[in-house]
Amino acid sequence: MNPRLRWRKFVSNFMLTMTGVCAVIAVSVLFFILGYLVYHGGASINWNFFTKLPVPVGELGGGMANAIVGSAKLLLLASLFGVPIGFLGGIYLAEFSGSSVAFVVRYAADLLNGVPSIVIGIFAYALTVLPFKHFSAFAGAFALGLMMIPITLRSTEEFLHGVPRALREGSMALGASKWRTIMSVVVPAAYRGIMTAILLALARVAGETAPLLFTAFGNRYWSHGLNEPTASLPVMIFNYAISPYEDWHRQAWAAGLVLLALILIVNIFARAILSRGGTVLR
Amino acid sequence: MATSTTTVPSAGPTAGSRSFLSRLREGDEIARIITFLFAASVVLITLLLVLQLWHDSSLARHKFGLNFFVTQVWDPIAEEFGALPFIYGTLVTAVVSLLLAVPLGIGAAIFLAELAPQKISDILQFFIDLLAAVPSVIYGLLGVFIVVPLMRVYVEPALKQSLGFLALFKGPAYGVGFLTAGIVLAIMVIPYIISVSREVLLSVPRDQREAALALGSTRWESTWKVVVPFARGGIMGSIFLALARALGETMAVTMVIGNSPIVSSSLLSPGYSIAAVIANEFTEATSQIHLQALIELGLVLFLLTFILNGLARLLLVLTAQKGSGMGHV
Amino acid sequence: MKRLAGLLLVVLALGGIVLAQNALLINGAGATFPNPIYSKWFDEYHKANPSVAINYQSVGSGAGIKQATDGTVDFGASDGPMSDEQLKAYSDKHGSGILHFPTVLGAVVPTYNIPNVNATLNFTPEALAGIFLGRITKWNDPAIADVNKGVSLPADEIVVVHRSDGSGTTYVFTDYLSKVSDDWKNKVSKGTSVNWPVGLGGKGNEGVTGLVKQTPNSIGYVELIYAANNGIAYGAVKNADGVFMKADLAGVSEAAAGAAKNMPDDFRVSITNAPGKKAYPISTFTWLLIPAKFSDAAKRDALKNFLKWAITDGQKFNEDLKYAKLPKEVVAKELKAIGSIQ
Repeated sequence: MNPRLRWRKFVSNFMLTMTGVCAVIAVSVLFFILGYLVYHGGASINWNFFTKLPVPVGELGGGMANAIVGSAKLLLLASLFGVPIGFLGGIYLAEFSGSSVAFVVRYAADLLNGVPSIVIGIFAYALTVLPFKHFSAFAGAFALGLMMIPITLRSTEEFLHGVPRALREGSMALGASKWRTIMSVVVPAAYRGIMTAILLALARVAGETAPLLFTAFGNRYWSHGLNEPTASLPVMIFNYAISPYEDWHRQAWAAGLVLLALILIVNIFARAILSRGGTVLR
Repeated sequence: MATSTTTVPSAGPTAGSRSFLSRLREGDEIARIITFLFAASVVLITLLLVLQLWHDSSLARHKFGLNFFVTQVWDPIAEEFGALPFIYGTLVTAVVSLLLAVPLGIGAAIFLAELAPQKISDILQFFIDLLAAVPSVIYGLLGVFIVVPLMRVYVEPALKQSLGFLALFKGPAYGVGFLTAGIVLAIMVIPYIISVSREVLLSVPRDQREAALALGSTRWESTWKVVVPFARGGIMGSIFLALARALGETMAVTMVIGNSPIVSSSLLSPGYSIAAVIANEFTEATSQIHLQALIELGLVLFLLTFILNGLARLLLVLTAQKGSGMGHV
Repeated sequence: MKRLAGLLLVVLALGGIVLAQNALLINGAGATFPNPIYSKWFDEYHKANPSVAINYQSVGSGAGIKQATDGTVDFGASDGPMSDEQLKAYSDKHGSGILHFPTVLGAVVPTYNIPNVNATLNFTPEALAGIFLGRITKWNDPAIADVNKGVSLPADEIVVVHRSDGSGTTYVFTDYLSKVSDDWKNKVSKGTSVNWPVGLGGKGNEGVTGLVKQTPNSIGYVELIYAANNGIAYGAVKNADGVFMKADLAGVSEAAAGAAKNMPDDFRVSITNAPGKKAYPISTFTWLLIPAKFSDAAKRDALKNFLKWAITDGQKFNEDLKYAKLPKEVVAKELKAIGSIQ
């Protein structure tokens, strides 16, 4: 084996090991965070946590039932609002539009993505709370949905672009209309990446506090329907974490854990139920 | 379809070879219009946001003019407001976070996409996606309880000892500051880079890889010189996502950056960012001019994002290689 | 596609559950400082009156004022009284005014973390102003050492910690410093957010507590309960009568008692640096902001009843949560004012 080849092989093994190191670092950070949450908040997770309303400090037996339901409501509504816009917009960019329109839309999406969550909250307040003179789950979902759009749109476009031309042309050659091609051939081929992006967008907004403070507000009690202020896990975490009470701190960690579990469940559920048996390409 | 032609419609953007009516009948035109409306709504929303910010900051803009960008003072009582320390802090923390997150993220993505067995790769990805779901408040708290003490007791003194001659590492080691904020941000944005990059790498056609290997390249060479460039567009896209997150992150940053409007060349110095100051002062701001100055800061951040995105896109275009998969920005 | 649609339907049905509406929901927003006692009160009141549910969120005094003015909440709460401009803005918008009702009293304490110093330090007003102005930079400065004979203070740099977010706590602290130091008044003045000459900014009382706890040789200012519950040292402050007082509920009530005699009709009064041998100088009222006129009679009556209960029976919950009770004279005056709410 000549020395140059030996060197190249060495570089190859070294760099590939380094990538392994990177992955290990990333994953260990996560496990560390999970471990910390479990250690500090695990004790507070009990039946009460999932079924009772919050109680004032010093009293035992309180929980975050309304916040769990509230977060679920908000995330569901936000997805219904943000995902279609991002998804269908991404389809337009990848399949129908000219490059200059695509450039503008992409740019706008990136700008929207960079807006601080608190500014989104202020914007949503002006649009959906002020005119109606009350806070609501709708307003909260609007703010969160806005934040989901850019990731969904950019990723949908990116993964649709990655589908080989041959698939599209094959479908059209068989007589399918463009729309049919898109929905039955192209999207399923890019399905994995798009699903990942949507779940990533969902994960991101699940933990946002600032926009909710101005829109969904918060609620110590059950909120009925979608037009009342509603409690949510991130806001509860925020309120409890900045309090001076050890018990509330533990509950804040526990809530963080529950939020992560919620997202994990949604992830598993979405991939399982909506799976079409993997992509064509692998 | 009396008016249809026999040419195969291209997969590209225009489908002008068939008449409007036939497209309409097959639902294509409706699809095009509907998806266009959705795409346009994104631009509309962004425009609306900018307009709202513009309108709500009019008093401040007229009062301060262009001086806003270079003034270092932020005094709500004397009603003197300047954006410079916040612009500086936002940029510094974003750069530090990307410098840390991009190599780590792409490295991890390469590992997960190319090397790890599929089952393990999927499971690990699941968990990494969870990192994105951790509430920013919790990142902030973990930053305060874990990262800050670590920085103050171990990392920053070590940096000062070894590299203290650089202006970058001068000054007392508080634990909070630009560097710490950059590190916490890096942890927050890494899942986006890993997640999206991995998916893009996985979608690179097998034959690209195999062709490189057939030509005698090592595993690493085929990955780094063929697969990654092919996925360049998508990886850049993930970096855009990460950058946007880093620029706009509020809660976590404000807990670890020290919240002092200081412009300093040292990474160990406490600082401030635009998103952090808005989050800190907006809910308690009482005078109109204070509120409007904060909104103007939001507008400035918009401008910053605009410029940074433009620069990054320029970079992408300038370094585009022939034959790489993505040609669009 | 069908599976997707089916799934969506199921989830929508679950998500849009509309339960029967029985309680009257009243929303309020404002100060973070009284959040513990308010949440206790609203909970106790709800137990006694299940048809009324008062939902209070501690989003900050400024946000509370803003949202009360916008009309998006039914009442507000603030650690600092509304300014004249804010009152005018409110009445311009609603056609009637908004009233202040003091509910509890609290104290702001100087907390510090000096390695190997466990004693309670004494602080003169000049020392505090000097430290936060950045003029006094070392712990063994005579301004501090002279009133702490017997404590060996290090020659280390003082790390100042203040609030980064706008807050009533800052308002009270800077209000106090403005009264005792002309220098402070001219250079920094008082407000919920000020231009701090030196120091790190911590977010929230919790943030300041955390920073002080972790940073050697630091000093900050927090509400009494944060210092007490987190086991960090806090100092005694020299009051207007020259006595060094460590904050406790009795001292706060003393400060309020002095103010009670000259309480203005609208209850907007500052009680920092109050006269009295046992008065604690950095004390404050916190107020509920109730509209003078309600369009919804049910909400009006519910709030009036709640207020009456809170300033009388409700006060028995104060001390456990480290808030001082309202002086009797103030309560009497408030009960009269409640009657004027329409």
